[in-house]
Parts: sequence; structure tokens; C-alpha cells
Amino acid sequence: MKLQVSNSPHVRDKATTQSIMLDVIIALLPATFAGWYFFGIRAVLVTLLSVVSCIGFEYLSRRIMKRNNTISDLSAVVTGLLLAMNLPVSIPLYMVVIGACFAIVVVKQMFGGIGNNFVNPAIAARIFLVIAFPKAMTSWTIRAGEWFSLRSVDAVSSATPLTLVHDGNAPSMWDLFIGNKAGCIGEVCILALLIGALYLLIRHVIRPWIPVAYIGTFLILVFFFGHVNVFNFPGGDFTVLTTWTDLFYECCYMLLSGGLVLGAFFMATDYVTSPLTVKGKLLFGFGCGVLTFLIRYYGNMSEGVSFSIILMNILTPHIDDWTMGKPFGEVKENAKA
Amino acid sequence: MRSLHAFAGGVHPIGNKNTDVLPSIHLHGFPEVELLMQQHIGPPCTCVVKPGDHVDVGTLVGRADKPMAVPVHSSISGTVKEIHYVVSANGAPVEAVRVESDFKHTINPFCKPPKIESFEDFVQMIRDSGLVGLGGAAFPTYIKVNPPKNKMPDTLIVNAAECEPYITADYRQICEHPDDIIDGILCVMKWLEIPKTIIGVEDNKPLVTRIFSHEIKKRVFKTGRHPDIEVRTLKTIYPQGAEKMLIYTLTGRKVPPGKLPIDVHTLVMNVSTLRFIGLYLKEGIPLTRKRMTLDGSALNTPGNFIVPIGARIQDIIEAAGGTCEEPKKIIMGGAMMGVALDRIDHGIIKANNAILVFGSEETTLPPESACIRCGRCVASCPMDLIPCGIDKATRLRDTSMLEKYHVMDCIECGCCTYACPAKRFLTQSIKNGKIMVRAERARVKKEQELRAASEQKGGASPS
Repeated sequence: MKLQVSNSPHVRDKATTQSIMLDVIIALLPATFAGWYFFGIRAVLVTLLSVVSCIGFEYLSRRIMKRNNTISDLSAVVTGLLLAMNLPVSIPLYMVVIGACFAIVVVKQMFGGIGNNFVNPAIAARIFLVIAFPKAMTSWTIRAGEWFSLRSVDAVSSATPLTLVHDGNAPSMWDLFIGNKAGCIGEVCILALLIGALYLLIRHVIRPWIPVAYIGTFLILVFFFGHVNVFNFPGGDFTVLTTWTDLFYECCYMLLSGGLVLGAFFMATDYVTSPLTVKGKLLFGFGCGVLTFLIRYYGNMSEGVSFSIILMNILTPHIDDWTMGKPFGEVKENAKA
Repeated sequence: MRSLHAFAGGVHPIGNKNTDVLPSIHLHGFPEVELLMQQHIGPPCTCVVKPGDHVDVGTLVGRADKPMAVPVHSSISGTVKEIHYVVSANGAPVEAVRVESDFKHTINPFCKPPKIESFEDFVQMIRDSGLVGLGGAAFPTYIKVNPPKNKMPDTLIVNAAECEPYITADYRQICEHPDDIIDGILCVMKWLEIPKTIIGVEDNKPLVTRIFSHEIKKRVFKTGRHPDIEVRTLKTIYPQGAEKMLIYTLTGRKVPPGKLPIDVHTLVMNVSTLRFIGLYLKEGIPLTRKRMTLDGSALNTPGNFIVPIGARIQDIIEAAGGTCEEPKKIIMGGAMMGVALDRIDHGIIKANNAILVFGSEETTLPPESACIRCGRCVASCPMDLIPCGIDKATRLRDTSMLEKYHVMDCIECGCCTYACPAKRFLTQSIKNGKIMVRAERARVKKEQELRAASEQKGGASPS
């Protein structure tokens, strides 16, 4: 009789890395489909190309580095999907491949593959593309012609809602919520993103701490210091220039436009690059919120969400150190041990 | 009533309490038993028999000479065949006495119900009975009931949580002998002058709550006063039955790392331990039999069995109905904390409460993959540690990092490994980390001693 000997415990939970990644993919699908609906068949093409090239680069780099194959954990698919959701539909296709290469080869595999990247690969690739190809990455288009039309050059170039808010011709709140606006493929339909986020929360794949802290901090800052600083208004009579309703609308526009919802629920919550403890996660979300507010209101690039998440990614090891709790029952006289 | 749940973390493994409705069966007729001289935490006993001696059930075989040692008694009647060293289930060499049965089951005539007249009598009685903590840790009970005078307990907690999957031995114990358990509780309460007892039961065993309530009512009827025993329902979550977690849930007291429950004036005893005290008061036969759960897909007839201590695992499996497929993994203890055996001729010891015989369907050893820092180990850790950090430190052999992560506070419950989606052997890694830290601490201590010695001599310290 041959008996297997292993250390306890002898029973394991059903969840695997693969099942978690599959859950994330499922959660991203509603927003992806919404993006395809609003941006036409070219969006489908960009998405598929991004996913396929991420898988391809993952396979090639593991092969070249003579390490075991990790495609089956589906993390490359998640990166590909997230990257595509962060790209404008009109992006030249070769840039998609370059972005995928940067995400998988440089950010992920060169640092040791899954679990070892210090920043989120999809966000790093997006920032890389924004810096390398600023024009292509910021020419927001809305679908002009037929759904099946592959041409994007003819599409009407449009500013994102963020730049339109102050001009007074912003899209309606409903359009913002449902996704009928300019923007990246995956970030436009807030409704679909929230459905996906709800799925992740119900499946316990993510915890609400980071998104709640992130969005909460950001909205509070926008409300008090955004359109107008309510604490420091000249003459004290800010009702002339702004009303509570205006402030409320400002908050709603800030929440519904740009990549805030996508970033807060799907990218800031990335396991590898966010802190481990609840306290750390709250601090991480708070930092993201502050940075997003500062970049959106005082920076001259429109990359508030991406930059804030990547900066907090870099701080994550330190946050983990700062927020490491005491063990159960640890008391003062024992603390020195 | 609301189920209590206080500690953070924990996991929900599938209960698999398949054997909870099956009454316990006495197994007899074992051809031989192997009695280990060390069945408790502490130094081994001194063997007092020699080959050829006749022993009865309850005859002293191993005398407890040193403090912390607990005597060992013969569990069958027959002839001592051999005294030799064997490798115990956890890998350490232990002296063992092999007794061949005469199948007569004669009981040592000196075994009679004890007379207790003082606290010292009580402690001596507990020690002579060979009792150790039957929940699994095998801590000498006589030490537990003899706390330092400045740390007398004010609460007795009865551990009936039984949070390990598969195991139902305590559950059957309660169903079949609630009166003995109450007798044991009252005896401990009387001699230690403990004013209050709380029985903690997980809410997946509602029958237990009712049995105890009924039993307490019977006592009220008989004696005219309430015995100050309270039954509380706990949330079903592993490791609810871990000592520190149980104390915190029931009393709100936290046992500091490296301290014992008695340091927070609490005495925790397992139901089976208390049942044995109740039984010993009546019969006076030392601890020679153990109720254990046999379960697992490779067994023909899983159930609860009462077996003589020292019976070989292979004999027990055979006597309990045998296997229906070739076992792939045999575990001594529960699925979360038990030891996987490489051979099955071990004699069982006092604290064993289950043998799990896994067939191919339950035996899985998924390959490890990279940590994705999902934090499930952190969220599941009842001790609020960071298992993935400890794992990393162990693999880096970084003892200062291990100390920073408080590796020594781990209770090795296995929650982190259970929860890990990357299937990493976190508990194993943490156990290794503890060994590294112990070695490092010993090295530092020795270095300091050497330095102190050389300074005393007045010479310059060797560089």
C-alpha cells in the first residue's frame, strides 16, 4: 500500500487562481459588451487583438525564459481585457500589440510573472502608450457610422465629458451612466461596470474597502474643493456663482465620467499590487482618491485614475509594512519580544 | 438564540459529519497493543514491566516520575512481549511496550472508584487516572487542574465545539453519556471552586444544546439548585474549537501569545476529558479506551468506535469493517490538523480522536503556484497574522523577517492553506519558519553565553 504523506490541512477550498481570474473575466464582460455596442466592430477587433497578444506574449516570454507555462491561470486574459478596456477605439492596431508587449513582457514577466509585478500591467501599459503616443491615446471618438464600419478616422473627434463639463454642453447624466459618450472602450458604460463589480463583491473576489475608500475620498474632495472651494469663497456668498445642486452635479459628472469606476473596482483592487490588510486597503483607496482629485483638478494630463493607481501600487509594500496589525491577543508587555 | 462569533478570520470547510447519527461501537479482540511511554506533552514515563509479566486492564505500565509526565496503563489483559523503541506518528523515537492479549479482558483488581477528601487528593486522582487533554493536544490534565495559587480560574469552559471536519466522537460522547460529563464538570467545579461553567457548542449541533439543557434541568430537580452550568451556541466556523478562539468568543478574554488560558483565569477542558473524569469517579478504571471517529471514502463502514489505547491502526481499520478501496491517504486526527501517516502499524495514543482513511476521491495534492497576494490567508487567519508574508520569509530563510511577522504566534490551524487559491503549503512553511526561528534564538543565546563567559574570564572576546 502506497500512502500519500503531506502536511496538514488535508482538505482545500475549491477556489483556485484560475477560478478567481475566470470570475474577473466574467465580471468584465458586461462592460466589454457595452463598449462593443457603443463603439462598433472596431472595438471588438481591438479587444480580441489585445487579449490574443497578451496570451501570445505570455507564452513566448515563459518559453524563452524556460519557465513553466502559466497561460492556463488566465491572468494574461485578464490583463488583455483590461488593457483593451483602457484604450480608445480609434487606436492604431500596432499600438495595441506594443501595449500588450509592454504589459506582459516588461511589467509582468521581467519581474517574475504572476504575483510579482509591482504595478498593474494594464495600467502601466496604458500610461506607456499615453506617453509614447499621446495623440492616438487621447483622440476620443464616438461611433459615427454603421456598427460594422471598421473606419475610425472618419469618426467625429470629441472631447471627453470631463472637458465638456465646464463648457456647459456636457452629455446628460443618463447618457453618462449608460455609456453614450466618448471615452475608452471599457470605461463608458457605468451600469455594466457596476453589474460586474457587484458580481465580484458577491463572489467575494474583491472586498469593498478599496473602491469605497477611493470613490468616497474622491467625491468628498470634489464636493468641498472641486468646482469651487466652499470653505474659501471670496465674499462668502458663493450662492451667486454656485448652488448645492451645482456641487452635486459636479460630483456626479466626476464620478460617471473618465475611468474612475473601472479603475476603482477593477484595477485598484488588483490583488498583486494592493495591500493585504483591511486597514491597508482603506489607506490605499484614500491615497488613490486624493491623487485622482489632485491630478484631475490641478494636473495637465487627463490620466488621473491611471497615475493615482500606479503611484499607490508603488507605495503598496510600504503600506503593508505600516498597516501590519498585532497578532491576536498581543499585549504591550509582549510587544517587545 | 444568537450564535456567538467573536474572532476574526476562520474558514468553512465542508463539515462531512457523516457519522454523527451512528451510535459508538465497542471494538474488542485485538491480538496485541503497543503502548507508547509518551502519550502526552512532557517527558516520557518509566517502564515498570518486563517481558513475560502478566498485565490486566488498568495495570500500571509506565510510571510518571518526572513533572508533567502522566502514567500509562495497560488497555488489555495479557502478557508483556517486548519493550522496544518505535517511531511515533510524529516521527520521534519513543519507548513502547507490546502486550499480547489473552482475550480475557480481566480488570486489575486494584481499580476501584477513588475517594477524594481534599484538593491534593483530587489532583493526585487525575494524575493516577492517566488523563490527558483528549481534544487532541494531550496536555497533562493534572497540571491544568493544579494552577498556581495566584491564578485560580473563575470560569470553566467546556469545549464541545468539535470544529474539525469528519470528527463526531465528542458529539457521540455527549449524546451517549451526558450524565458522566455533568458529573465530571461538577467534580472539577467543586475542587477548584470555580463558580461558573460555560459549555460552548457549535450551532450545527442543536441536539447537543438540548441534551445538556435537559441534563442540567435533571440536576436542578435532583438537588434543588442550579449547577451554574450554561450552554452557549457558537457559530459554526473553523477553528471555533481552538482554545484561544473559544475563550475569546465565550468570555471576551484574549490569551496573549505564549501564555496559557489560566493566565486569563480560564480553564478549558474538552467534553471527552470531563466525561472520563465522570466515569473514573464511578468505575475507577484508568484511561485505557478511546472513542474515535473512523471516516473517509475508502472505508466500508464509517462510524464511531471505542478502542483500547495502543491498538494498531491497521487492526482498528480491519475490526471496524475494513476498506472498500485501497487507501490513498491515512490521517491520524482531523482533516485540518491531523498527521498523514506513512505506515499504519502505529498504536493509537490517548489524544487520538479520529482516523481518516481517504480513497482516491478525497486524496488531492494540487501543485503549488505563485502567490497572487489575494489576501485570503490574511482574512482567514484567526490569529491575525500574515501567512503569505511568513511563507515568503521562510523561503528566504530570513529569521528577522519571520520574527517581524510573529511566526511563533501561529496556532497551525491550517486555515490559510485551506483558503489559498494558489494552493501553497503555507502551514508547512510556517512550521518550518518556527524551526528556523527556534534555531536562531538558540544560536543567539549560546553566543551571548559564550561572550558573557569570556568577559567574565577577563579576556578579550574572540573575534
